[in-house]
Amino acid sequence: MFSNLKIWYHQGKQFIPDVRSSKVPGIFRGRPVISLEKVDEEALVNCCPTRAISIAPVAIDLGKCTFCGECAFAFPEKIRFTTDYKLSTNVRERLVVTEGQDHPIEMDKTLIPVEFTSLFGNSLKLRQVSAGGDNSCEWELNAANNVQFDMGRFGIEFVASPRHADGIVITGPITANMAEPLQICYDAVPDPKMVVLAGTDAISGGIFAGSPALDRSFLNNHRVDLYMAGNPVHPLTVINGMLAVTGRAEE
Amino acid sequence: MKPISIKNNQSIPRSSIPEFSYEAFFALNTGLVAEKPEIHCVNYFGIPETDGIQLICCMADDLEQVILISSCKIQPDRILPSFSAKLFCFEKFEREIHENFGVKYSDHPWLKPVRYPIDRADQTQQIANYPFYSIDSEELHEVGVGPIHAGVIEPGHFRFICNGEQILHLEIQLGYQHRGIEKLMVQNRELSRLVTLAESIAGDTVIGHTTAFAQIWESLCGFKTTREIDFSRTMALELERIAIHTGDLSALCTDIAYQLGSSVFGRLRTPIINFMQEWGGNRLSKGFIRPGQNRFRFTPELAARLREVLDAFTPDFLEMNKELFSLPSALSRFERTGVVSTEDASAIGAVGMAARTSGVPRDIRTTHPHSLYPELRHEIKVKRHGDVYSRVQMRKNEVIQSIGYLKSMAANLPTEEPIPTLSAPGEGLFALSLVEGWRGEICHCAVTGSKGELVHYKVKDPSFHNWLALALAVRNNEISDFPICNKSFNLSYCGHDL
Repeated sequence: MFSNLKIWYHQGKQFIPDVRSSKVPGIFRGRPVISLEKVDEEALVNCCPTRAISIAPVAIDLGKCTFCGECAFAFPEKIRFTTDYKLSTNVRERLVVTEGQDHPIEMDKTLIPVEFTSLFGNSLKLRQVSAGGDNSCEWELNAANNVQFDMGRFGIEFVASPRHADGIVITGPITANMAEPLQICYDAVPDPKMVVLAGTDAISGGIFAGSPALDRSFLNNHRVDLYMAGNPVHPLTVINGMLAVTGRAEE
Repeated sequence: MKPISIKNNQSIPRSSIPEFSYEAFFALNTGLVAEKPEIHCVNYFGIPETDGIQLICCMADDLEQVILISSCKIQPDRILPSFSAKLFCFEKFEREIHENFGVKYSDHPWLKPVRYPIDRADQTQQIANYPFYSIDSEELHEVGVGPIHAGVIEPGHFRFICNGEQILHLEIQLGYQHRGIEKLMVQNRELSRLVTLAESIAGDTVIGHTTAFAQIWESLCGFKTTREIDFSRTMALELERIAIHTGDLSALCTDIAYQLGSSVFGRLRTPIINFMQEWGGNRLSKGFIRPGQNRFRFTPELAARLREVLDAFTPDFLEMNKELFSLPSALSRFERTGVVSTEDASAIGAVGMAARTSGVPRDIRTTHPHSLYPELRHEIKVKRHGDVYSRVQMRKNEVIQSIGYLKSMAANLPTEEPIPTLSAPGEGLFALSLVEGWRGEICHCAVTGSKGELVHYKVKDPSFHNWLALALAVRNNEISDFPICNKSFNLSYCGHDL
C-alpha cells in the first residue's frame, strides 16, 4: 500500500495540461515552410524518396511526405520543418504546403457531418485497423491514450469491437491481403461512421505507393473524413485531429 | 570442397560462393548444425535465375565469429528431400522457398504457406483458405482470433484447439501485412527510396533494420564507417532497446490488469523516445540512419541531456520493477506460464531475447559484433526457465545493461572527423549483415548485378523463427494466458510478412 503511494508520488505530474498548444521537445519535423528562394528545382524534386515535392510553384504534399527531412538537409535555405504538429484535415488538398505559405493546416468545417459534432462531440469510440502498417503509427495511436497524452479525457478511445465503434482508423498502405478484413470490419460499424487515415502510408501508400501487393480500392468506395499526416503520426497530431473532426478544435 | 567463410558485414564476389550438388549441400549444412551447437542458420533462401534456382545457405558460427556460405543450383520441378525432416530449424526457410518458387519437398513435415506473397508460385493459394490443422473430436473446440485483434496492433490470425480452457495447439497464420518489400528493394534504384523501405520493414525496429541495410550498402560500396557513425548507431540501437522493452513491460502489466505498472512503465517510455526526437527529429527514429552519413551529431549538450534523462528514468524504473517483482498477484500470472524449453528453443532456431530466456545464448552483439560493440564487450544475459517471468526479467536486465552502455558511451564522445564519400556498390557481390535488434538477430542479405544494382534482397526479422516459439509456449496453458504469452514475446507481423 505505502510503496504504491510512494511510486504514485514519485511520478509527479505527467499529463500534458493543454494538448492544443503544448510544445514538443527537440527538433520534431512537423509542418514544413517553403521559402521563395530559387534553388535547383530538379534536384529538389529528385531528392524526395516518395516524390512528394512538385514544382511551379514548389509544394510538398504531406500526404506523401515521409518527414525524413532529406529536402531540408539538401536545401536548408528553401525548406524548413517547423514543430507544428497540427497536420490533420478533412480535405486532401489542404495537406499540400506551397512555397511562401505559412499558415496552419485546418479543417473545412462545412464538410464535417452534423452527426459528428452532435453525436460524437463528447464521446468518440474508434476501431483501429492496421492494414500493412509497420507498427509505428500503431505505437503512436496507443501512446495517444497513455497517461501523458491522455486522449481519454476527451472521451476519445479505441475499442475492441467494430460493433462498439463510431468509425475506423486505418494505418498502413492497405495490403491486398488485408483488403477483405478491412471491408468486413467497416461494414460491422453501425452508421453514422467515420473513416480516418492515420499516417503517410495510409493516406497515399507512402513509400509503398504502386506496389502490386497493395489493394487500395476501399478508398475509392468510401469517403474519408480525416487525414492525419505523419510518419508515424504524432500523438498530438492524433488528438488534435480527433478534436477537430468532432468540432472541438478550439475551446 | 568447403563453404566460404566471411565476417559480419563483409562483401564477397557472388562467384566465390562454392556451389555444391544438392546431396552435398544437404549433408554439409545439416552436418554443421548437428556437430556444433554454436552454429545456427541465419538465412537460407533462393535466387531465381534463368536456368533454375540458386539456393544460398548462411550458417553463423558463434565461436569462430564467422558465417559459412554455401550454394546449390536446383531445378524447380525436382522433388527434393527436405533439411527440415532432419533438423526442424530449417522448416520456415524451406516453406518460404516452396511458396516463392514452387520447389517441392518429399518429406517436409509442415509445408504450409508462410505469408501469401503477391508473386507466390501457386496463385491458387488464398489467404482466406489457409489449411489449418484440425482435430475431429467431440470434446475439443476451436477458437479463431483475428486477423483484426482487440487492441491497436497489427493483424494476424490465431487458431487455437482447446480442451475446455486448456490450449492443446495453436497455429499462427500470417501474411496480412505483406507489402512486397523484398521486390521493391530490387525494383527501386535510388538510395533514398531503398533506405526508406528499410525503415518501414518494422516500424518498432527502425534502427535495427536500417542499421542492417546501411551496413550492407556500405559494405557493397567498400565504405569504411567513421567512429562517429558507429557511435551513433550503437547508441541508437541501445536506446531503441530500452524504449521498447519498457513499453513491453507496460503492456505486460496491462494484460494482467495491473494499472500502476501499466501507467508507470508506459510513461517511462516517453522520455526515451522523446530523447530520440530531440536527437533526430522523430520519436521512432525515422530519417535517422543513412548509409555513409552521420546526419545527427551527438553533441556534448545531447550527452548532458541524455545523462539527465537516464538519471531521472533509472530510479523510477527500478522502483516499479521492485514493486512488480514482489507482487504475488503478478508473479502468479508470470511464473511457469508460457514455457519454452531449451531443447525446443534450439530445435526451432529461436533467436534473440526469446532464445536467451530459454538458455540459448544467442546475441549478435557478442558473437558477431559490429559498430562499437567489440569495445563494449557485451556479456550475454541468459535465463533458464523460458517462461513469461523470465522474459519479463530479461527485459528489465537488458534495460539496465543498456543504460550502463549509454552512460559509458556518453562519457567518451567521438571527435568530429570528415566522412569519406560513398561510392556506388560493386558489381556481382554478395553481402550479409547481422544486427542484434531489441527482438533479436536481424539478418539482411544482398546480391548485386553486373552494374552494381541490387538483384536480390533478403530480409530476415527475428520474428521469422520466434512466432513458432510462441505457438509452442502456449501449449497446455489456459487460453486466458495467451495475451501475456503473446506480449512477453511481442513479435513483429510486418517484419515477418515483409
